[in-house]
Amino acid sequence: MIVARPDPVSIALRDPRALPGWTLAQWEALIRQARRANLISRLAVLLDEQGLLDDVPAAPRAHLEAARVVSQAQAEAVRREVAYIGKALARTGVDIVLLKGAAYLFAGLPAARGRVFSDVDILVPEAAIPEVEAALMLHGWATTHHDPYDQRYYRRWMHELPPMLHVTRQTVLDVHHAIVPTTARLKPDSAKLLAASRPVEGDSRLRILAPPDMVLHSAAHLFLNEDLTGGLRDIADLDSLLRHFGQDAGFWQALAARARELDLARPLYYALRYATRILDTPVPAQALQAAETDRPPAWLRRLMDGLFLRALRPAHVSAADRFTALARRALYVRAHWLRMPPLLLAYHLTIKAFRKEQESPS
Amino acid sequence: MIVADLPEKELARRLAGAGLRVRTGPVVTEIRSRMPKVAQGIALHYADHPLEEPGGFADFHVRLAPPRNIRRWLQPQVTFQFDGAPPFLPLPADQAFPILEWGLNWCVSAHCHQYLVLHAAVVERSGRALILPAPPGSGKSTLCAGLVSRGWRLLSDELALIDPLTAHIMPLPRPISLKNASIEVIRRFSPDAVLGPTVRDTLKGSVAHVKAPVDSVRRAAEPARPRWIVMPRYQAGAPANLERLPKGRAFMQLVDSAFNYNLHGRKGFETLAQVIDAADCYEFAYGDLEEAVKLYDRLATSA
Repeated sequence: MIVARPDPVSIALRDPRALPGWTLAQWEALIRQARRANLISRLAVLLDEQGLLDDVPAAPRAHLEAARVVSQAQAEAVRREVAYIGKALARTGVDIVLLKGAAYLFAGLPAARGRVFSDVDILVPEAAIPEVEAALMLHGWATTHHDPYDQRYYRRWMHELPPMLHVTRQTVLDVHHAIVPTTARLKPDSAKLLAASRPVEGDSRLRILAPPDMVLHSAAHLFLNEDLTGGLRDIADLDSLLRHFGQDAGFWQALAARARELDLARPLYYALRYATRILDTPVPAQALQAAETDRPPAWLRRLMDGLFLRALRPAHVSAADRFTALARRALYVRAHWLRMPPLLLAYHLTIKAFRKEQESPS
Repeated sequence: MIVADLPEKELARRLAGAGLRVRTGPVVTEIRSRMPKVAQGIALHYADHPLEEPGGFADFHVRLAPPRNIRRWLQPQVTFQFDGAPPFLPLPADQAFPILEWGLNWCVSAHCHQYLVLHAAVVERSGRALILPAPPGSGKSTLCAGLVSRGWRLLSDELALIDPLTAHIMPLPRPISLKNASIEVIRRFSPDAVLGPTVRDTLKGSVAHVKAPVDSVRRAAEPARPRWIVMPRYQAGAPANLERLPKGRAFMQLVDSAFNYNLHGRKGFETLAQVIDAADCYEFAYGDLEEAVKLYDRLATSA
């Protein structure tokens, strides 16, 4: 029952050196999957780094080039946006920790190369949230969810403010005070993350998480996410981060210790399991073994394999079987289950169900 | 092999089955549909377009099908699916061919960022391109159809694909979309033009398509270099009048008409500057198509 045959996009990410020999039909299957997974520009960069871009047939190469134009423009936009955010928050004196894509970009990590960026995410101390929100509002950001229930949902139960939209630039900023919802079972301590954060080179007020924390955040984000349609991109992020940081001898031990300290050992177990399965990420045997102590029981492991190995494939018809839709729905429920205690979850889903009916009369 | 080489039944069979792979300029689209209106529209408007065999590379995969909802029994609808996901809401089923055309435009404008893409009609004489960027309602398509029926080659009625390396324009010959009164204007102006059926009550009013001339389709691999940029404006009763447009203003209008100027950064600026440098820029008011087309004839032979 477990999907064994790797998808063209995973094969390509594992070893881009074979790509110039692919047939046009293989390229077509690859571009279709990679487009859905937001990974065309990533492939373009991997090929370019190997000096192989010119060996790609012209028709698929056009897609690689087009996607690269987009990801370069997005990276520029993130740089500009972070500069605006820095300016807006300068007078507060609050340190800004960049998360995810923006962090990879400012840290100069390979994970940023050819990545598709969307919103900017920052982490600030919970106590500074009112001040940060006020400063952002003064500089043109406005809250997005105007429904009182949504506002309460974010402010009481979530680990972030409702997304803030800049009124003239139309860019979206997520201001976090933690990396998992306040109501979640797992309780990574934000103070520890902030304490271990480090300055971005050449900038006194921008910070990034420590390498193990960056990996753990990526893992927590992915394996608590309700929607995994873009999950393969996150696996590609994890793969790139692990390949890069893993070159440092002390990294793997620090990662395992930090996972336990931050209550994120289970997400790390899944991250290592699926990154190695899907993208063949080189993880030392010892590190895999260390993660095994936090593995779920065998029956749950088999179930999770069945769900994640389906949901983490590209959201394309060529990467789906008859259980894929069910797997995605099951993981949606699982994410909510992990994010909220049962009663709160029941309440939240009831509200959402009624609202859906109001929104779409058909 | 071109679409017209397929017998009617075989065309319908491919559309209903593995898909029909049609080349339009640099783009190959695999089209699938069981709807007769789609097959008829393709047979008429894409007759001269090259067919690509399966096993090659299709850039886009689109499908037109009734949505799976209860409304299909009351009021038949059609959804445009882009590789399995619909980018737009369904429309009434008799708009199947117009939605295919809008969808194909969307495929290019949303993905082909290897080009700087402008919302503009482009026609060509002797390798020199006349670019007509304009908002809807300006008479851009009417003028384009008029010029094309009098010896200008059609590059595109909607999308100018500018190569950032050369600043040349790649053809994307597809049907010209006419709206409302323009349909009658073109029928009278060029009785030889091949027009499809008029579809009423679309979001844009009545719509009919003019088939791209055979010669334009055959020469779809020949780029053209920008020579004239004209901002047309239809005005009932106005005499045809070309007026010089300062290049700075023309530049800003091209930026406004671009789909992806923001993505190209400095390169985009330089490409547009090259286009503007190479072209004479005008504003153009016209009330009579005959007079307008003659004026462009003179422009092409004098320059």
